[in-house]
Amino acid sequence: MSEALLRVEHLTMRFGGLVAVNALSFAANRGDITALIGPNGAGKTTVFNCITGFYKPSEGRIALGHGGAAVWDELDALTRRDARSLVRPDGALFLLERMPDHLVARRARVARTFQNIRLFPGMTVLENLLVAQHNTLMRASGFTALGIFGLGHYGRAERAAIEKARHWLALTGLVARADDPAGELPYGAQRRLEIARALCTDPMLLCLDEPAAGLNPRESAELNELILTIRAEHKVSVLLIEHDMSVVMSISDHIIVLDYGVKIADGAPSAVRNDPKVIAAYLGVEDEEVAKVEAEVGL
Amino acid sequence: MAGRGVEAPAAAVSTDFTHALKDSALAGLIAFGLFLPLIGFHAVQDIRNELVLETRWPLLFAFVILAMAGRLFGSLVVTPWRERRAARPRAVAAARPGATLARLFAPAATGFVIVYPLLVLWLAGLGGAVKWVDNFGIQILIYVMLGFGLNIVVGLAGLLDLGYVAFYAVGAYSYALLSQTFGLSFFMLLPLAGILAAFWGIMLGFPVLRLRGDYLAIVTLAFGEIMRLVLINWVPVTNGYAGISGVPRPTFFGIPFNATDEGFAAVFGLEFSPIYRTIFLYYIILALALLTAFVTIRLRRLPVGRAWEALREDEIACRSLGINTTSTKLTAFSIGAGFGGFAGAFFAARQGFISPESFTFMESATILAIVVLGGMGSQLGVAIAAIAMIGGTEALRELDVLKEVFGNGFDPTQYRMLVFGFAMVLIMVVRPRGLISTRQASVHLAERKAIAGTLVKEGRG
Repeated sequence: MSEALLRVEHLTMRFGGLVAVNALSFAANRGDITALIGPNGAGKTTVFNCITGFYKPSEGRIALGHGGAAVWDELDALTRRDARSLVRPDGALFLLERMPDHLVARRARVARTFQNIRLFPGMTVLENLLVAQHNTLMRASGFTALGIFGLGHYGRAERAAIEKARHWLALTGLVARADDPAGELPYGAQRRLEIARALCTDPMLLCLDEPAAGLNPRESAELNELILTIRAEHKVSVLLIEHDMSVVMSISDHIIVLDYGVKIADGAPSAVRNDPKVIAAYLGVEDEEVAKVEAEVGL
Repeated sequence: MAGRGVEAPAAAVSTDFTHALKDSALAGLIAFGLFLPLIGFHAVQDIRNELVLETRWPLLFAFVILAMAGRLFGSLVVTPWRERRAARPRAVAAARPGATLARLFAPAATGFVIVYPLLVLWLAGLGGAVKWVDNFGIQILIYVMLGFGLNIVVGLAGLLDLGYVAFYAVGAYSYALLSQTFGLSFFMLLPLAGILAAFWGIMLGFPVLRLRGDYLAIVTLAFGEIMRLVLINWVPVTNGYAGISGVPRPTFFGIPFNATDEGFAAVFGLEFSPIYRTIFLYYIILALALLTAFVTIRLRRLPVGRAWEALREDEIACRSLGINTTSTKLTAFSIGAGFGGFAGAFFAARQGFISPESFTFMESATILAIVVLGGMGSQLGVAIAAIAMIGGTEALRELDVLKEVFGNGFDPTQYRMLVFGFAMVLIMVVRPRGLISTRQASVHLAERKAIAGTLVKEGRG
């Protein structure tokens, strides 16, 4: 049993009277590929937006730990202290619901992609990947003050950044398109570029929001390979929202099923696949069973 | 078969011609209706101060015939030409011989502006050169510099700023007030004016951080007006409408440009002439404009510049990559404002007199027009647009030949806005993304490629 990387506890998100996510708790383990699935409107993207800091949850705690398991003992103390994070030599703990979005990406090292691709279309593929390394390069340029005069080690840092970009481009098969504007790439390549860009931020947790949407079966299979390679070679844990069951079932270690903002199943792919509540949520149930299922779910 | 083949186009041409004639008659009718009240009737005061209605039929019919001829020309010549051009296969973009020319253009242009005053001096002599260096040199370069400064905010960061003149005003008043109060020199106060303007850039930046697009434009517009109204109404400090006169002029390392024995001309053993000060001012503003261009080019290749452009493309994606959009926007506002402040301080030093009249919305609009016309984000485009806009305005003043055509009462400068409105519409139709619409990538792996303007997002905040 590996240790937890991300712990979501009693996460609730209300938009006015609408409860998009209701008291959701789950954990994602380090090195795992965790999938979040559910019918349309189940609240999956809302959970993503809460984890990555784009939404402030109405209630609940989202904790992310780097390094050893020992830091998790400090979780309650940290929560009471009203602090955002705890950084120790043996690890760090972050309360993501207290952090603004850019700090979630920068300090807690959670990277994400978007359901409808958000690249910088007028910038080249390479520039997209350098923007992702903004904070490293910013430090190297002495926050512009040194870089503007060509002082410091900015040139070296930029070459290193380009090498890192080349590495991810090679993995996503985009080296030949490096100097083309991102907006000119075909759809599947734009999806891969968005993943490569997220990886350039050196994430601990990579959140992919429907990465296989709009891909053909061959591209989906390549995507599976890519996600597995990322996990294997770079020790990046993955949190995945996906509708494409061929992706979800074949690569996930752990699946959480949401329906109407409530968790209805949580477990290994084989267990989730045969769960009657999941089948009911996706395929619907006979009328007489509705009351029984609703009672179980807690509606 | 062959006979019909020849006949058919002939028939087509004749129907085209009848169609064009009808079209032109319709245009004439519309022109008649439109110009009858505008031109056909003319109200003049007679000796007893009474209004008398006069008619101007010849002029009216001249306009109508002009409209008809224009329409006929359009449908018979321009439309077929455009259709032929559209039908022709497009040439491959890569094989353009102009590429080398374009690469050499910027250095050549920089070289030209450096020797320009000497060239003018040689061609026009001591007396005649002042006008050419001042009106066509300094005046244009001030706007080039303002265009470069606003280009950072609008072109790179994509934040639509309609109140840029406020920072120009801050720079000008900073220099005027501080030099009169503390007696500090121009070169001491120049950086200070820039810093103060940059500070006001941050002051404006903070409240408008959450605004985007049209809302941002409205608030910046209001900021420009607030600044002007403060200058008008804070009479104890700014002297209100009357403005500040006697602003100290820059000196040549302590040597003033005047006719005394300590003056520049006397010290260097030259005959006194105002041209020396003008040329000195020309090189100051040229240096400032080149500095702005250089800094902007460097910034574009630094992470902060890339972050500005990324912000213009997609702000949410920026935040997901750990970029602090607040500080990124504030740096864009403050650096852009700082360059506006430099230009303002120079403006005050050059004029020797400033008043709120010089900092109206019209100025902001002109600077924004230069940036949009040049192609947002393009340095060269902005420079060309400033030359066209400001130089064109000045050139219209020189066109006395038009008086020969339209009579002595004709004042060409009164029509310059009309001419510019027309030119703007024309350019926006022909080149909707500005004169230079392609974006150069800031970094490349294998080969540097230009990016088509249609892919690049426009500044919407």
